[in-house]
Amino acid sequence: MARKTYREAINQALDQEMARDDRVILIGEDIAGGTGASGAQDAWGGVMGVTKGLIGKYGPERVLDTPISELALVGAGAGAAATGLRPVVELMFNDFLGVCLDQLMNQAAKFRYMFGGRVRAPLVVRTQYGAGLRAAAQHSQTLYSIFAHIPGLKVAVPSNPYDAKGLLMSAIRDDDPVIFMEHKAMYDDIGEVPDEAYTVPFGEGRVLQEGKDVTVIAIGRMLQTAEKAIQAARADGIRCSLVDPRTISPLDEGLILEMAAETGRVVIVDEANPRCGVAADIASLICEQAFGDLQAPVVKVTAPHTPVPFAPVLEDAYLPSAERIAAAIKQVRAY
Amino acid sequence: MSRRDNQLRQAFWKMTAIRRFEERVHLENEKGSIPGFIHLYAGQEACAVGVCMELGERDYIASTHRGHGHAIAKGCDITAMMHELHAKQGGICAGKAGSMHMADLTVGMMGANGIVGAGNPLVCGAALTAKTRKTGGVAVSFMGDGASNQAATLESFNLAVVWKLPVIFVVEDNGYAEATPSSWSIGGGDLIKRAEGFGMPGFSADGFDYFAVNEAAGKAVARARNGDGPSLLYLTCTRYYGHFEGDAATYRARGEVEELMEKRDCLSAFKSRVLAGGMMSADELAGIEAEVADLIDTSVRSAVADVEPDVSRLTTDVYATY
Repeated sequence: MARKTYREAINQALDQEMARDDRVILIGEDIAGGTGASGAQDAWGGVMGVTKGLIGKYGPERVLDTPISELALVGAGAGAAATGLRPVVELMFNDFLGVCLDQLMNQAAKFRYMFGGRVRAPLVVRTQYGAGLRAAAQHSQTLYSIFAHIPGLKVAVPSNPYDAKGLLMSAIRDDDPVIFMEHKAMYDDIGEVPDEAYTVPFGEGRVLQEGKDVTVIAIGRMLQTAEKAIQAARADGIRCSLVDPRTISPLDEGLILEMAAETGRVVIVDEANPRCGVAADIASLICEQAFGDLQAPVVKVTAPHTPVPFAPVLEDAYLPSAERIAAAIKQVRAY
Repeated sequence: MSRRDNQLRQAFWKMTAIRRFEERVHLENEKGSIPGFIHLYAGQEACAVGVCMELGERDYIASTHRGHGHAIAKGCDITAMMHELHAKQGGICAGKAGSMHMADLTVGMMGANGIVGAGNPLVCGAALTAKTRKTGGVAVSFMGDGASNQAATLESFNLAVVWKLPVIFVVEDNGYAEATPSSWSIGGGDLIKRAEGFGMPGFSADGFDYFAVNEAAGKAVARARNGDGPSLLYLTCTRYYGHFEGDAATYRARGEVEELMEKRDCLSAFKSRVLAGGMMSADELAGIEAEVADLIDTSVRSAVADVEPDVSRLTTDVYATY
């Protein structure tokens, strides 16, 4: 077992899958960086350095820089996926979804259904989400709920380096379009990541810790914040379970219901905006199917229904904090 | 029979099949036996067939909301298409597509498309597959004049040039984007110049003339196959029906369509040309017409007799794996 960053874990998953299957190609803006320039041909390796070194190993035929043209490059990924390749497209920021949504929502996601089950579209779209880097309204959003709303797409939200590698390998081997959400503030996070290839299956959540009083369900980077809150609650004698769904489409409904039933008190933590989001979806699932087990109303801790602000003091207030989560834990415990 | 004679037979068969298919769909839709939104291709047959006669099994096309003609030209099963329009289990997409979304990737047809211009990025992907896998294939995107102003189209023009993809962008200018004339809606007014602005050649041809379309398509396809990159094919044509079935087409001048049907019919032009040149006989042409008429009749009877999709199919095929 080796210690690797979230960035290195993703890079290794791409590398190992490209070595295993020559149908796997990478498409994106500056994923090599410098194509056609007079300097280095692998100048960036992606804006966050995630794909660094891969063009040197696999060449420009399999690591394709593009013009800044998200609609065309995501659509080309969809078309290539339907005709025999297994493209991994990098959509640099999930905020750029607005200019390429049609190719995901109306094309890739619907091919299989529209065409009567006779087409596979093994497309992966890697994209970064999340606030915390002072990047403000158009480079900080958390939009996975929009993807999860669309039938035909699968959505993975790895919360640590181990899951990042295993979920990405599953995504690339999957025959459906997968949106792979990378939190931009987590690329330097370090964790145990085996060097050998392995997969983390979709639709299987993970229980990080078990406690008898309150069940906390958190998504993506919010696992870290929730862990701090759970630590703080322990000082007050409250023992919490912590659940990471790992993929939000498919969603491990069985595990969520089981863990909700165990304590009857549930807090859901999500960095996204609250309306019609995955936190609301999980709350509704629990209310519909585990109502009889509940001891308290389900509480959501999310960002407010605002864009992401710039000023650090505002952005810090925007993000769900350990204090807010701890307060929610106490609230459901005391109900 | 020589290859050329065989090609002409096939071309006439397909053009006739498209015309009779669309005329019959028009009637069946009026009778109420075909639900949903229908956009008919009649009048433009020389465009689809002129291009697709240059393509083979390894080549892909993407189509439009007006997609029946392209599907037939690329080799989709006509009976299965008729079943699909009738919303039956035996449809080419098992009754889940209908007119605007039908596809059969096993014959290289990537789909009609309800989103104008959306096929252009998709063919860039199909061409990338061909280039990466070295299949020797090319990919063709059919679009209307309306699609020439979509972002998807303009981004695809650029990407295809930058990546030097084996793509042929085919604009069929039938005069109207829905109800809006192309003469009003296309900035600059000249799509050949627009193609050249992106760094690819543009070829134009009379879309009523199968031979002209086929010759121009041959140049574009040869370029793509030789690894010389994309090009644009600009075809002028007309549609005989409204934008959609039920469109009274009041934006067209009184008598405009009737005059075009009389003077600019690609099927009549084809027949005159092959008869005058001694390339096909009147008997051969009549034989094909009879064969096609029989096929269309049979396909409708078969579609009407087929069952509707089982309701249990509502939730299948969303994913390949669950």
